[in-house]
Amino acid sequence: MNGMTFEAIAARIAQVCDEAMVVRSENGQPFVRVPAAALPRVAALLRRDPALLCDALMDLTGYDRLKYPGNEASPANDAIAVVYLLFSQQHHHRVMLEVQAPRALCSVPTVSGLWPAALYFEREVFDLLGVQFVGHPSLERILCPDDWVGHPLRKDYLYPAQYHGVPHLREGQHFDGAPRRQGDPEPTPTPAPTKKGHP
Amino acid sequence: MAVADLPKPGNDPHEQIVLTAVDEFLAWGKENSLFYLLFATACCGIELMQAGGPRYDVDRLGMIPRATPRQADLMIVAGTITHKMAGVVRTLWEQMTEPRWVVSMGSCANSGGPFSKWSYSVLNGVDKYVPVDVYIPGCPPRPEALIDGVMALRERVRRYRTMGVRDRDPHVVQGADCRFGSHPGKPEPQA
Repeated sequence: MNGMTFEAIAARIAQVCDEAMVVRSENGQPFVRVPAAALPRVAALLRRDPALLCDALMDLTGYDRLKYPGNEASPANDAIAVVYLLFSQQHHHRVMLEVQAPRALCSVPTVSGLWPAALYFEREVFDLLGVQFVGHPSLERILCPDDWVGHPLRKDYLYPAQYHGVPHLREGQHFDGAPRRQGDPEPTPTPAPTKKGHP
Repeated sequence: MAVADLPKPGNDPHEQIVLTAVDEFLAWGKENSLFYLLFATACCGIELMQAGGPRYDVDRLGMIPRATPRQADLMIVAGTITHKMAGVVRTLWEQMTEPRWVVSMGSCANSGGPFSKWSYSVLNGVDKYVPVDVYIPGCPPRPEALIDGVMALRERVRRYRTMGVRDRDPHVVQGADCRFGSHPGKPEPQA
């Protein structure tokens, strides 16, 4: 028993959300990109529509589009993306949703009312990427300690120099090319390679 | 007088006494009953379990795993310790009764290991939170290396129990970071 095709699902989503956009990822996987404001009604449609009935939230994750491969053409696009992987256990079809939120005011409506599994997933995305899920009952850090500063999976995250007085490097320890830490001086730009030495 | 007529030593209840220093007797008992607290957080824990299994069998040294710090003399920190976990290590160490001993097993517990360069969340050595008596290098060290470290620790336990000397400088097991498939006593294959 096979469910709806991706094109049919995308057309059904487009009926409730005009701005829905079908995008194909680098490896050919199609997904639907919807604006954050339309997420509650798109999610409710996917969850409750008898023909769609995506009752399983397989995964909810996110990524930072800053310095994202293939993103060079639009350098202004430094949004945080939240990805929803949905599956219908009855119809056996899958659909991938993506929502983008601006970096500074990063808020996305919660879907934990529709899929309780999103409670932990959203806490993880909040912890590591700093996305505020509006309506989540207890949006706390889940992996990092509660008093952690910053969101580590953001591409512009600066590693802390110490935590609770314990420095991140041991005495005398030095690594070439280690990530920059808070308080480190600005990196000096690498000099352009010269042709000297390459006869 | 025939030999059979001599009084047999030991038959008299008053002769069934061994005179020795009680400290040495207690030390003998303590060093042969090092109960250890299981604190396995990563792949070193697999080697720790292997050391407790029938092939290496640390039970023969009197080492029995305990699930609670109240019954443990020795904490074997086997695996990666994150900043979030470090407080738990400290709490468990504080709950152990004196004298308490700590073995840091593997590169992660020693210094952060492969995570020390790129990770923001891994503690760069459990000795930032608890005092360590024996370091065992290796990623992960073999069970022989763990047993080697424990033998060095038993020496320290005996010194502490008999002479009251608590060594503060940590012992580092040598030759534990050997190649995969070998161990310190095994000759290297000829090329």
